[in-house]
Amino acid sequence: MSNKTVLHPKHIEAGAKMVDFHGWEMPINYGSQIEEHHAVRKDVGMFDVSHMTIVDVQGPQAQAYLRKLLANDVAKLTAKGKALYSGMLNEEGGVVDDLIVYHFDQTNYRLVVNSATREKDMNWLNGVASGFDVIITERPEFAMIAVQGPNAKEKAATLFSDAQKEAVADMKPFFGVQAEDLFIATTGYTGEAGYEIMVPNDAAADFWQRLLDAGVVPCGLGARDTLRLEAGMNLYGQDMDETISPLAANMGWTITWEPVDRDFMGRSALETQKAEGTHKLVGLVMTDKGVLRSGQVVKVAEGEGVITSGTFSPTLGHSIAMARIPATAQTTAEVEMRKKWVTVNIVKPSFVRNGKSVL
Amino acid sequence: MSNIPSELRYASTHEWVRDEGDGTYTVGITEHAQELLGDMVFVELPDVDDEISAGDDVAVAESVKAASDVYAPISGKVVAVNEDLEDTPELVNTDAFGDGWMFRVKADDASEVENLLDAEGYQNSIDED
Repeated sequence: MSNKTVLHPKHIEAGAKMVDFHGWEMPINYGSQIEEHHAVRKDVGMFDVSHMTIVDVQGPQAQAYLRKLLANDVAKLTAKGKALYSGMLNEEGGVVDDLIVYHFDQTNYRLVVNSATREKDMNWLNGVASGFDVIITERPEFAMIAVQGPNAKEKAATLFSDAQKEAVADMKPFFGVQAEDLFIATTGYTGEAGYEIMVPNDAAADFWQRLLDAGVVPCGLGARDTLRLEAGMNLYGQDMDETISPLAANMGWTITWEPVDRDFMGRSALETQKAEGTHKLVGLVMTDKGVLRSGQVVKVAEGEGVITSGTFSPTLGHSIAMARIPATAQTTAEVEMRKKWVTVNIVKPSFVRNGKSVL
Repeated sequence: MSNIPSELRYASTHEWVRDEGDGTYTVGITEHAQELLGDMVFVELPDVDDEISAGDDVAVAESVKAASDVYAPISGKVVAVNEDLEDTPELVNTDAFGDGWMFRVKADDASEVENLLDAEGYQNSIDED
């Protein structure tokens, strides 16, 4: 039986094409995935991300627990509401999931983890928690709407109360704040400015409708995928999973090695991987006709790798991909596409930010 | 339910064929096919003067989702291709049976067209999928 978010009726009403996404019936598009993509790059779009799992971690040892659980170090968080992106690793140094953690104080944090891995994540969170004085609470009573694009903040603000406007007025990127009934965060998965807004389930449909009335374009999972890939953001299960080291998934920057005595989950395996060297996640760019697709084989002088995510980039007008390949000195690679070998450029895995090419 | 014009003929592989009345036949992919594929990003067409045989993969419709072969529904010589698809492949999405046409064939044997599905036959073949 598939799960439905509280916004499901709004998607049906809008004529969305619904698909199964890891047990959730979600909109893939509302007509044209490419038009939705452009709406986010040029104006403002919104996504129902209510399927994602919100988990509060509270208690005297909340900070100590998260410093054990996560490869990134929550001790770096001092400002109230500051967010951090991190991998959650197993003892073999593989990625159990990637997540965002919001810091309120040393006894009070909020995590947002993937929906596809909800049950595994909850078991993992509870397993690591044994011996720590913490309380772990799922918060299914909130829906979540991501409003993204150059005009996102301005359009979203038309729905805010004066107190909410004041709460977000000087908020920098990657912060979250509870303002009356809304939790408003300057986070997202598109490479554009905007908010991710947690709203109580019973108010969500009305909130969505008011955003529609304000001219915000509803966008599906199709556009979400092309936007995040252009922005060079990983998708769990595709660009990394439990068998993949964060060092081979362009997540090296999320590992906090200092202080050396912080014994986080997966640390010793990670140190071995670092010493021995791993594959690297790189960007690929192909300006010829055709579309790079996940699963295609990639060859460089140092060996073979694979495309983990590939798509047509609507912003750039050609294909881009992320690929996990042996560390290489080369600037080009060969990709096997439809029985032919095609030469593509190797770049850093980031293609578009704030509406513009970064190639 | 997608639109299936009764005046056209169809292949079970989702191509449509229109008789132009002068021995040539226009070919495209159906509304149903473009719905399955989603937004089109590239269309690779055969060359004019290519000799093609029924069942050959002669074109590629590449969407955000997948690359899909387009098969020749009949045999003959390609006499025209839709060059507008080079810059505006989305015509296949917006007007699959009209401006989204792909190529035109001078048929070797017009009776091949009679062996294709009619609208009802094509509808049935979709329903079986």
